[in-house]
Amino acid sequence: MATATPRLHVDQMRSALAGPFSFSLQAGECLAISGPSGSGKSLLLRMLCDLDPNTGTVTLDGKPRNSMSAPAWRSKVLYQPAEAGWWDPTPATHFRPQQMERVHALLPRLGLSSTHLNNEVRLLSTGERQRMALIRSLACEPQVLLLDEPTAALDPESVSAVQQLLQEELAKGMSLVLVTHSEDQARLLGRRRIRMENRCLSEWSGA
Amino acid sequence: MTSIQPGALDLAIAASLIVFDAVISTVLGLRLHRQVIWAAARMVVQLLLVGLVLRWVFALGSPAATLAVVVLMIAAAAREVAARPANSLRGWPGLWLASASVGLSSIATVLLALLTVLHPTPWYEARYAIPLIGIVLGNVLNSASLGLDTFYSGVVNARSAIEARLVLGATRQEALMPLIRDSIRKGLIPIINQMSAAGIITLPGIMTGQILAGMDPMDAVRYQILLMFLLAGGSGISATLAVYLAARSITDERHRLRLERLHHN
Repeated sequence: MATATPRLHVDQMRSALAGPFSFSLQAGECLAISGPSGSGKSLLLRMLCDLDPNTGTVTLDGKPRNSMSAPAWRSKVLYQPAEAGWWDPTPATHFRPQQMERVHALLPRLGLSSTHLNNEVRLLSTGERQRMALIRSLACEPQVLLLDEPTAALDPESVSAVQQLLQEELAKGMSLVLVTHSEDQARLLGRRRIRMENRCLSEWSGA
Repeated sequence: MTSIQPGALDLAIAASLIVFDAVISTVLGLRLHRQVIWAAARMVVQLLLVGLVLRWVFALGSPAATLAVVVLMIAAAAREVAARPANSLRGWPGLWLASASVGLSSIATVLLALLTVLHPTPWYEARYAIPLIGIVLGNVLNSASLGLDTFYSGVVNARSAIEARLVLGATRQEALMPLIRDSIRKGLIPIINQMSAAGIITLPGIMTGQILAGMDPMDAVRYQILLMFLLAGGSGISATLAVYLAARSITDERHRLRLERLHHN
């Protein structure tokens, strides 16, 4: 286990704005990142999914990022921004037909129902949108999920529903990089904790 | 063909209308009189110069001189396309993109007209080539800049929706397609309106000019129909080319949105 190829390995990843970042993450592991606003947490996630230009080596199960097309990489290392965007009027058309079975299984887990799929996105509450975005991300079955404050707009009940769902996904082998301001959440989900300050990381174990 | 040519005195009488505009501006405090007179003076000087240049180029009958005029006109149109939208690409890529879309679309449609429809001898005869490229350029310029304006402001406004598709594994083509469609559609609307309105709401300028110059109305109409087809084709090519090139320039080979390549005019 100790010599296994890490799920995600990051070496000297940097951009004009942030870095260098180096860390690795095993399958089923969660890395919780905290730090003040503007310290570069979102930049780190954008760089990991290759949405912002950056240099350095990033590998997924030993496969270098550059050996894959960017869309293939992003569907495996999937980033969900704090405020996810929507390109169609209703959530329903944001899913592919083959995802629907999983979507219908996930909706009640996060306190949503099938009718929410056909409501207009702009009429959903911020919290409903945020939960719907998480379902959209999980429906892609990523190997690494990069979450930017996924529970920022949620009531306590929804927060624990989201956390429980994420714990299950971790147990099934998905890896998670979680940006959160919540100490409790970081402690609950992240066996490994990283603090971001001035666009650089410092790791400490928070067992 | 008999036509009545307005002489210098006739033009002077017509110019009194400009003075009338200036008087309205003064009386009502529109503060436009200086602009009206300046614009009118500019128009007169520019057109007289163009007339002289064209007379000279027509008389020369040299393909090189014709080509030089055409290139100059395309460059001026491209500059306009690059500068007109509220947002545009920084530096050379923006100018290159505008030249390619405006130049290729106008040259392609005018060549088609010269080689297969009108075939003057020689086919590059300046009397046909230059006016044709001029009217086509005016239209493709409009289509390309409308398409680009829609595209660039759409990219800025819909950034989070576009990135939402990219982060879920969409290619840049998939993520931008709705906006690409919208932008090309915007670029084509003016020529569609122009065709629908032609003859009912407006008498197109070329046709009016030819009728005034003594041509039979049916001959003038045939000319106008040909021109409308050329303009529609040119608009389609230029809007499509401009928007597709813009979509490629605003993204990179790793399918990222590169908004830092835009600047606000």
